[in-house]
Amino acid sequence: MLSEIALYGAIETGLIYGLVAFGIYLSFRVLDFPDLTVDGSFPLGAAVAAMLIIAGWNPWLATGAAILAGMAAGAVTAILNVKLNILNLLASILTMIALYSVNLRIMGRPNVALLTEETVLTPWYDLNLAYHQVPVLLFIIVVLVSLFLLWRFMKSETGLAMRATGANARMARAQGIATGGMIILGVALSNGLVGLAGALFAQSQGAADVTMGVGVIVIGLASLIGGEAVITPNSVIKALIACVVGAIIYRLAIAFALNADFLGLQAQDLNLITAVLVTLAIVLPGVRTSVAARFTRKKA
Amino acid sequence: MISATDLRLTFGKGTPLENPALRGMSLTVNQGEFVTVIGSNGAGKSTFLNALAGEVMVDSGKIIVDNTDVTKLPTHKRAASVARVFQDPLAGTCEGLSIEENLSLAIKRGQRRGLTSAVKKEYMERFRESLSSLKLGLENRLGDKMGLLSGGQRQAVSLLMASLTPSAILLLDEHTAALDPKTAAFVLELTTRIIEEQKLTALMVTHSMKQALEVGDRTVMLHQGQVVFDIEGEDRKGLEVKDLLGLFEKQRGLEVDDDSLLLG
Repeated sequence: MLSEIALYGAIETGLIYGLVAFGIYLSFRVLDFPDLTVDGSFPLGAAVAAMLIIAGWNPWLATGAAILAGMAAGAVTAILNVKLNILNLLASILTMIALYSVNLRIMGRPNVALLTEETVLTPWYDLNLAYHQVPVLLFIIVVLVSLFLLWRFMKSETGLAMRATGANARMARAQGIATGGMIILGVALSNGLVGLAGALFAQSQGAADVTMGVGVIVIGLASLIGGEAVITPNSVIKALIACVVGAIIYRLAIAFALNADFLGLQAQDLNLITAVLVTLAIVLPGVRTSVAARFTRKKA
Repeated sequence: MISATDLRLTFGKGTPLENPALRGMSLTVNQGEFVTVIGSNGAGKSTFLNALAGEVMVDSGKIIVDNTDVTKLPTHKRAASVARVFQDPLAGTCEGLSIEENLSLAIKRGQRRGLTSAVKKEYMERFRESLSSLKLGLENRLGDKMGLLSGGQRQAVSLLMASLTPSAILLLDEHTAALDPKTAAFVLELTTRIIEEQKLTALMVTHSMKQALEVGDRTVMLHQGQVVFDIEGEDRKGLEVKDLLGLFEKQRGLEVDDDSLLLG
């Protein structure tokens, strides 16, 4: 079985990937913009936050800078698509590749340790909590605040215009919505959230690494799709909750899979497990409906 | 008021598929006028509407809406003065959004959108009132997703959305063509009612000559990207489809061989 520390660890990472899933919900679902920039903006957020913290910045300010850096990366992708007419997927791959160099430049080396630095988590360790509970508590707060702000935004005039842009661009234009601007804003916000996730991840793991972004998109998608399989996303608030729930379930599933000795899985099997879980998450809802259909047919 | 002068537009220039869609189209629609537009397939009806809306940019010519030259402006910058209902009932609304969200989008057409809540309480009375005028029972389904509505219901809501905020012109692009005859008649009746009540300036493209003569107060026929005739007032009264066909043949000196013109 899962130890308490492993359980909290899974929830902690799950909360961080919940933020990634928010971002992917914005790009993939709201804007219908398949965006792979996140593989670069996640380590970008980590790198920016880590370097600024080492330079003596307040960790919250450093985290804010990481959000802005992520937004800038997202804006580049969206501008490549909107202004230069590069296919959205390709535009995001270009930014992702470019960010690898940018991240190395920012850090000056492949990884940076933060173990002795003051992070956003440091003051919270003074609370009378077990060491492994602290990040979970802080990240729950961060995720709830992000969820609330994102929900209010999606319900605002601008947010509604963004949803219309992704759902029916022609109609949105006819209503006077600058769809190009909405795509730029949305993809920027999406990557801002991913930058935040990267910054928090680096601070809770005690290091930023240039390779830490590999596969973030798949994990985020797994969280999104998994969450949608559990909670039907028929409203914005449900879709956002589904992101967080999906991310936590995903991390717990990974933790269980790696902890179950009888399965004989090891850490290097992570990507394989992810691929299997994503496939299951995509296929299972369909199986459920077809099974349900079979039962209703029998009744009728 | 809207005026288009000598609009020219060729699709696929320099390719084997080169297609001149507009060849010197000129038309002025005065304030409060309801103009119906007919023409066979490929006459340039939809291209003309798309050019007025800004969905396609003309190669040359000038489009003036309410004394402003909008020729080079993209769709969203013209939206404040140009309202539109599409042929496809699914195109004018967002199926993933609720009825009230769709209406809230439309009530801000062409205006700045901020960070305040999109669906406002003060809109509700107006939404309910306009929806109840449709007599479809939609006033009690404000929170329902648009996707749950039938094509006719969606087209009726699209019409409402187009008339929620004032515009210099309302463009209707064969907006009843994709509906069954009964629903089409309902939507057409609703169209004329809204246009009359709100004294809107409107341009309605239709495939049916009969419809073109029945509603509105002026009829324009397009052929090969130009206006071939334009009738209104006394000349138009009592005109029948066969008269229209005669006019067309006289104007062009050719036989009408397009069955679609005779349908309806």
